[in-house]
Amino acid sequence: MQTAEHPVLETRGLTIRFGGHVAVNEVSCSFHPGTLTAIVGPNGAGKTTYFNLVSGQLRPSAGRVLLFGEDVTDDPAPVRTRKGMGRAFQLTNLFPLLTVRENVRLAVQARARSGLNMVSMWGRQSELIEKAEHFLHRVGLAERSASLASTLPHGDQRKLEVAMLLALEPDIFMFDEPTAGMSVAEVPVILELIHDIKNQKDKTILLVEHKMDVVRSLSDRIIVLHQGALVADGNPAEVIASPIVQEAYLGVSASA
Amino acid sequence: MRAIDTLLSGDLPRSRLLALALGAILFALALAPFLFPGTRSLDVAAKVCIFIVLVASYDLLLGYTGIVSFAHTMFFGIGGYGIAIAMTRLDAGWSALAIGTAGALAVSLVLSLLVGLFSLRVKAIFFAMVTLAVASFFAILASQLSDLTGGEDGLTFKVPEFLRPGFRLLDEPVLGVVFGGKLITYYLVFTSALALFLGLLRAVNSPFGRVLLAIRENEFRAEALGYRTVVYRTLANCLSALVATLAGVLYALWLRYTGPNTTLDFAIMIDILLMVVIGGMGTMYGSILGTTLFIVAQNYLQDLMKMASGATRGIPLLPDLLHPDRWLLWLGVLFVVCVYYFPLGIVGRLRHGGARKG
Ligand SMILES: Nc1ncnc2c1ncn2[C@@H]1O[C@H](COP(=O)(O)OP(=O)(O)O)[C@@H](O)[C@H]1O
Ligand SMILES: [Mg+2]
Repeated sequence: MQTAEHPVLETRGLTIRFGGHVAVNEVSCSFHPGTLTAIVGPNGAGKTTYFNLVSGQLRPSAGRVLLFGEDVTDDPAPVRTRKGMGRAFQLTNLFPLLTVRENVRLAVQARARSGLNMVSMWGRQSELIEKAEHFLHRVGLAERSASLASTLPHGDQRKLEVAMLLALEPDIFMFDEPTAGMSVAEVPVILELIHDIKNQKDKTILLVEHKMDVVRSLSDRIIVLHQGALVADGNPAEVIASPIVQEAYLGVSASA
Repeated sequence: MRAIDTLLSGDLPRSRLLALALGAILFALALAPFLFPGTRSLDVAAKVCIFIVLVASYDLLLGYTGIVSFAHTMFFGIGGYGIAIAMTRLDAGWSALAIGTAGALAVSLVLSLLVGLFSLRVKAIFFAMVTLAVASFFAILASQLSDLTGGEDGLTFKVPEFLRPGFRLLDEPVLGVVFGGKLITYYLVFTSALALFLGLLRAVNSPFGRVLLAIRENEFRAEALGYRTVVYRTLANCLSALVATLAGVLYALWLRYTGPNTTLDFAIMIDILLMVVIGGMGTMYGSILGTTLFIVAQNYLQDLMKMASGATRGIPLLPDLLHPDRWLLWLGVLFVVCVYYFPLGIVGRLRHGGARKG
């Protein structure tokens, strides 16, 4: 998938080693606005680790990360977030003893850059509160907004994770298996949300997803990671049909 | 109702019993000179006011931010020494008081900023060790620089005339209470403490305060949302240090004295920790209950035991156990029982079952 536009995000030779184990191996790839790129690969392929390198949770052993053409490899995670990256985590990662509304509100507030305000009352910033409610509504959690995050069932925690990502209003959305562990009935809400973001045209979406039907219907492009290396990159039909995917990812022997 | 909500920054007691207890303490402190005449009880009341602020500012660190610091008494001491030095070196007037306070705040700000920036990035235990080392160093410095600080003896100083015990506002006592410098000083301490407490309550219930809670809950996630947690922790550390400094100013002003034993002693640091834990960490109101209970027990337990010991005369063993000399033992027992039965502190207990609202 090549567009004339400048890439929003680019990784060059991105590599990380844990001891002797190379979890991400020289991944070079660029991402363009208005496209949804699915990242697939078997468990342990390095997808989450690649995300961690891109959004700054981990520092690479080698390689660079470029955001809007600027080298952000040395920027810590919060700085990259402020520059437009947004991330939803694979393993649910919330503020368990705060309410659902407060969780989203913290994301809204981060986006509004008003976290250093020491004199206003948290409970009276109606604009930010309404915004938080809006995002909760979008993921279908409005009714639970006063519950503690830790009391939510798993599927709702995943939705909250997505609501927090939406509330950051980033340029780059990184979803790490957003529907994993959700019941069949819950999945469409999330997929529709991702579809809506895609329809905004100016957003860049990276999606790690296992369900092949989801990948096929949503993505403009698929990249395949295998043992940390990028082994395929192209339009969905091609990539899914390629022998390397049939073998490496779907576990089908190429000769079969 | 909305005015109260604003005053308390939307953080209402959320428990009838807690509201009652807080109301009673506020009432008692506000009218202490009239309710409990006598030098000793007024001393206790003033100390309660000041330590509520000191303990609340420590709760901002420990309870709200999850930072363990042993340097809180150092900042308390900087406030005390700040005005003591200014008052002994300059004319003992309001301007010396202002200069001493401003100087102390500046020193505390720089120190807390340095300690924070150098050590808050790394592990919590390292920060605790650094604060311990810095505070010990400061205590040694204070006792060594005796020309400036009065060494182990400390500094006794004159306060502005208006605040001196000899000063009379009215010639005759009213309702048996002398309207003089002591009363004025008490109300200066009381209103300052009230304002500082409400200010802290606002800080922890502001957007900033909620980020502190978020950091305590899940620092990794707070970073991912774009909050630079080092900045928040450092600011919390500075704010806490500045308020402790002001508490030190008030304490020195009340005692007209500053010395190692009233400010820098490590035993005071332990007391602060106990008061926070007994009251309930991360609640602010806990500092009011914890401090009041602690200081009243510290001051009146001996009297109470003397009475109990007398009353149980003739019963074997009991009078011995209740002998006033055993008061420290009983204080210790009281704390262990408190912490054991109320792991969330008294406030946590009173609010039991009530979930925090958004
Ligand atoms: N912090 C870490 N330390 C050591 N090994 C790690 C760490 N994070 C990930 N790994 C290893 O890197 C590999 C890739 O993991 P991961 O990125 O989570 O895979 P995926 O998300 O594709 O399932 C795995 O073998 C995993 O054990
Ligand atoms: Mg993963």
